Amino acid sequence: MKVSRRSVLKVLAAAAVSTAASAVPAIARERKVAPAKAIGMLYDSTRCIGCKACVAACSEANHLEPDRSGIAGGLHLAPVDLNGRTKNIIKFCQDGEQQSFVKSQCMHCIDPGCASACMLHSLHKNERTGVVEYDPQWCVGCRYCQMACPFNVPKFEFDKALPKIVKCELCRHRVQDAAVAGADGFTRYPRGQGPACCEVCPRSAVIYGSREELLAEAHRRIAESPNKYYQGRVYGEKELGGTQVLYLSHMPFAKLGLPEFGDKPSPDVAYTVQEGIYRGFIAPLALYGALAAMVMKNKKSAESGDGAKGGRS
Amino acid sequence: MTTHALEHREVGGPLMTPAYRWLLLVVLLGALTLAWRFVNGIGSVAALNNGYPWGVWIAIDVVVGTALGCGGYAVALLVYILNKGRYHPLVRPAILTSMLGYGLAVIAVACDLGRFWDLWKVPIFFWRWSHSPQLEVAICVMLYNFVLVAELAPAFLEKWAKSSNSGLASFSQRTLKVLESGAVWILALGMLLPTMHQSSLGTMMLLPGPRMHPLWFTPWLPFLFLVNCLMLGYAIVVIESVFSARAFRVHHDDDMVAAIGRVAMGVSLFWVAFRIGDAAIAGKLPLAFSGRGWFFVAEIVVQLAGALMLATDAMRRSPMWQVRSALLLIAGGALFRVNTYLIAFQPGAQWSYFPAIPELLITFGIIALEVALYIAAVKRFPILSGVTETSSRSHA
Repeated sequence: MKVSRRSVLKVLAAAAVSTAASAVPAIARERKVAPAKAIGMLYDSTRCIGCKACVAACSEANHLEPDRSGIAGGLHLAPVDLNGRTKNIIKFCQDGEQQSFVKSQCMHCIDPGCASACMLHSLHKNERTGVVEYDPQWCVGCRYCQMACPFNVPKFEFDKALPKIVKCELCRHRVQDAAVAGADGFTRYPRGQGPACCEVCPRSAVIYGSREELLAEAHRRIAESPNKYYQGRVYGEKELGGTQVLYLSHMPFAKLGLPEFGDKPSPDVAYTVQEGIYRGFIAPLALYGALAAMVMKNKKSAESGDGAKGGRS
Repeated sequence: MTTHALEHREVGGPLMTPAYRWLLLVVLLGALTLAWRFVNGIGSVAALNNGYPWGVWIAIDVVVGTALGCGGYAVALLVYILNKGRYHPLVRPAILTSMLGYGLAVIAVACDLGRFWDLWKVPIFFWRWSHSPQLEVAICVMLYNFVLVAELAPAFLEKWAKSSNSGLASFSQRTLKVLESGAVWILALGMLLPTMHQSSLGTMMLLPGPRMHPLWFTPWLPFLFLVNCLMLGYAIVVIESVFSARAFRVHHDDDMVAAIGRVAMGVSLFWVAFRIGDAAIAGKLPLAFSGRGWFFVAEIVVQLAGALMLATDAMRRSPMWQVRSALLLIAGGALFRVNTYLIAFQPGAQWSYFPAIPELLITFGIIALEVALYIAAVKRFPILSGVTETSSRSHA
């Protein structure tokens, strides 16, 4: 029965050819850059006092149902994590002697995993502001964005019959006028139109502006107090190809729920493989032609039951 | 026994046996739970959460279900590409299981999609298409369902062509002719589409990269998924042949099943070697012996056990060993898929997932529906080949 062994090898060879493109790292994906006017946020853990004013402000500005489930009795707006009713949260972190608060919301990645996962661009980057926006009209609720987000940010309304994805969109619905230079030197929207969390923060622990300005500000703070910040580094400057929300911290970032991912955008491997196979749709068409040709050649003998080498009966 | 003389024939016999009624009860339970889910949301029946947005509906019903539906694809490759005409009698039952496997996946997707009412937009609004590997899977699977219908249609049309209703008969005859003239392109599409979407099912899990266990995060994931679906396809054909032979007393060709088993064994051994080699070259093998790495060991050991059961010719010819081996190959192959979609995905220590009972009821209901439809189809339509006359053939 040598035939079988050979046939196995041939099946495998055919399979290998059709996916061989996946082994070609040469098709490097273009590294994305933030739009020139990208809007972002800068959070500085050394300034945050954990008052959670931003959590309440976010809930109000986004017309979210208050999440009272965190504390028994239902008297408190006290979400325990990002969820279908919570787009922004302050958490408390401890590492030995060190303590810190940390704010989490969408990072607005320059090359977002969620948008790469989304089939009809329901989640997409705004070309001008770089905000990762959600348009429910094109969302089928597959939740692949949740799988693909390295920061576990997009949340789904599991308790609703007609659910949506919920995540920070940098209060884009509040914006009515163009951003202009603000009194503090940062790019600003008129009051009431910018991100609610930043507008309400009493300690300016989180501020917004253009990504460039915020990056400059972060480096200015590091230069001003060289030993204050962890590794003298801005989280989000390079991580995963860069994010539009930036962090400064006195504690290791990993302890704040900001993992050390490296600089490569999270969709890189998947896209190199996917586009390697499907670029120009040439490989699938060629394979289709080849399959059809072989079927045409073999069909008659195959169906009469005495294929060239197969007939044993 | 010459295989040439064998024809596709219906099995016949009563349909509403006691076992069949139990099957329908499971379907009913699943349907009721499904109705509950559509009224009250996914969270009301499933343990899915914002850390584990995908659970058994995706990992088992869709990802394993479509792979078990690869029998038609795997056998078609043997018959039409490698020109092994002797396997031709296996094509039609395999296509039927494929159709049911993919049908299972479609029902599961409809159940899992939070905003299922927007799904129709995916194939229509092509100018909004992204490069998401999932889009590729979605479009391919939708198309493939039509291809499977076209491939299986002759089984129904052949029966209706002899119908006493002249309208139905002439429609069936005409449709048969159309299908015959386009057969080459339909058959080729029936092999192209699974090649595409089964590999893309692997590509899909490259996107959660940073949160994947390194042992399942390899650029060869699409290739591993493709080879894996072929192995599962051959294994399911073995099971189906043996069980059909038992259940319906149709002719059982030991030679042929032994040969298919051998193909399954070969593909499985190749897969295991490739899997270990890939992990070794990437220097990830030490991870296999701690934590979730044991699941990597399990998917390999279970498959090896299944493959080794077919090591000798005598074992390959024994229906008992054929079934044991095929079940292990299916378990090991399915484990790889579930591992990739559930075990390897690590959203963080604060999240956990274990399927809820109503969630499983829906899955069981879908599987029961599939089995029920298979039984009904082979009893009433010419799908299996080489039916022997038995006393049970008197029509109910």
